Amino acid sequence: MASALINVPKKAKRGEIIEIKTLMSHIMETGYRHTAAGQLVPRDIITSFTCRFNGAEIFRADLFPAIAANPFVTFFTIANESGKFDFEWIGDNGFTETASAAISVE
Amino acid sequence: MKSAGTIVAVALLIAAGIAIAPLAATEIPPAERRSGYSFMAPDTKAIQDDDTANPGMLWVLDGEALWNSKAGATGNACADCHNDARASMKGVAARYPAYDKALARPVNLEQRINLCRTRQQQATPFAFESRDLLALTAFVAEQSRGAAIAPEATAELAPFVAKGRDFFMRRQGQLNLGCTNCHDDNWDKHLAGSAVTQALPTGYPIYRLEWQSLGSLQRRLRNCITGMRAQNYDYGAPELVELELYLMTRARGMPIETPAVRP
Repeated sequence: MASALINVPKKAKRGEIIEIKTLMSHIMETGYRHTAAGQLVPRDIITSFTCRFNGAEIFRADLFPAIAANPFVTFFTIANESGKFDFEWIGDNGFTETASAAISVE
Repeated sequence: MKSAGTIVAVALLIAAGIAIAPLAATEIPPAERRSGYSFMAPDTKAIQDDDTANPGMLWVLDGEALWNSKAGATGNACADCHNDARASMKGVAARYPAYDKALARPVNLEQRINLCRTRQQQATPFAFESRDLLALTAFVAEQSRGAAIAPEATAELAPFVAKGRDFFMRRQGQLNLGCTNCHDDNWDKHLAGSAVTQALPTGYPIYRLEWQSLGSLQRRLRNCITGMRAQNYDYGAPELVELELYLMTRARGMPIETPAVRP
């Protein structure tokens, strides 16, 4: 099903500070909860988020069980050249999702 | 003296009772109505205001995919009959729950989608609160964003609105509360740390931070009924649909916010 919502400005001036917003669909089950029958609900979270710009890593975050469902990660970077942002989320049970967004810098 | 004092006290209580009784049934004047949005902290408002930060939009995107995917024995997608939802579904959610002639009672938007699945697509209905049903409902309702809530004021619906209003006004449960005791009489106060609010369902299905998920108006109503320690109703029960219908008439004219974010 639908996974990521990415908000990257399409255009920016060289040297401008830009905000990047990412929202990923995920239940972020903590692994600490029990069902009504007393069975542990196994952990199912995103463990890692990475952003690369033209192949070079510019941002990385490790995620933990205390982070709410549908993690919203936002950060800033400086627009130096046109190119492509590649986002990657990795998690439990073989979860991987990717997304990308292009920016043109004038 | 003692008996005279008692009589005075009883008389005062009766006088107070008479003064309070009409207040309990007073609905909020239209000019004083406020969406739940206006009770929220700036941070929570910011989540709703930005479509790339509002997690409800994840369900809307899922719903769009479902709208265009074929289902059931007929192999038709929603889009095969209704075409582009941006045109065909505009304003539709603003007049739900609406009367269904075949069932001779009002149905809410979730039930309408499931009726369309069973009658037209000959598919199995989605379970209440399933991701698919919430997604499709959110997608359809999002097309009405900004539209004024306008439940049909027909003679067919009137008795159901009245039943919903009766539910809202009636004291029930172990705490002996009616919806009105909080949402008409005390909406400007707090229950524990939370704003009470006015029971105006402008943004359903909502992304509720407490749920960490999208949820329907019926889920919210069932929460409240549990909180009153009253007998609850199953999803899709006529009583809940009637209550939904009454709540939408309370919110008549207010803009749809779907998918709203609430704390």
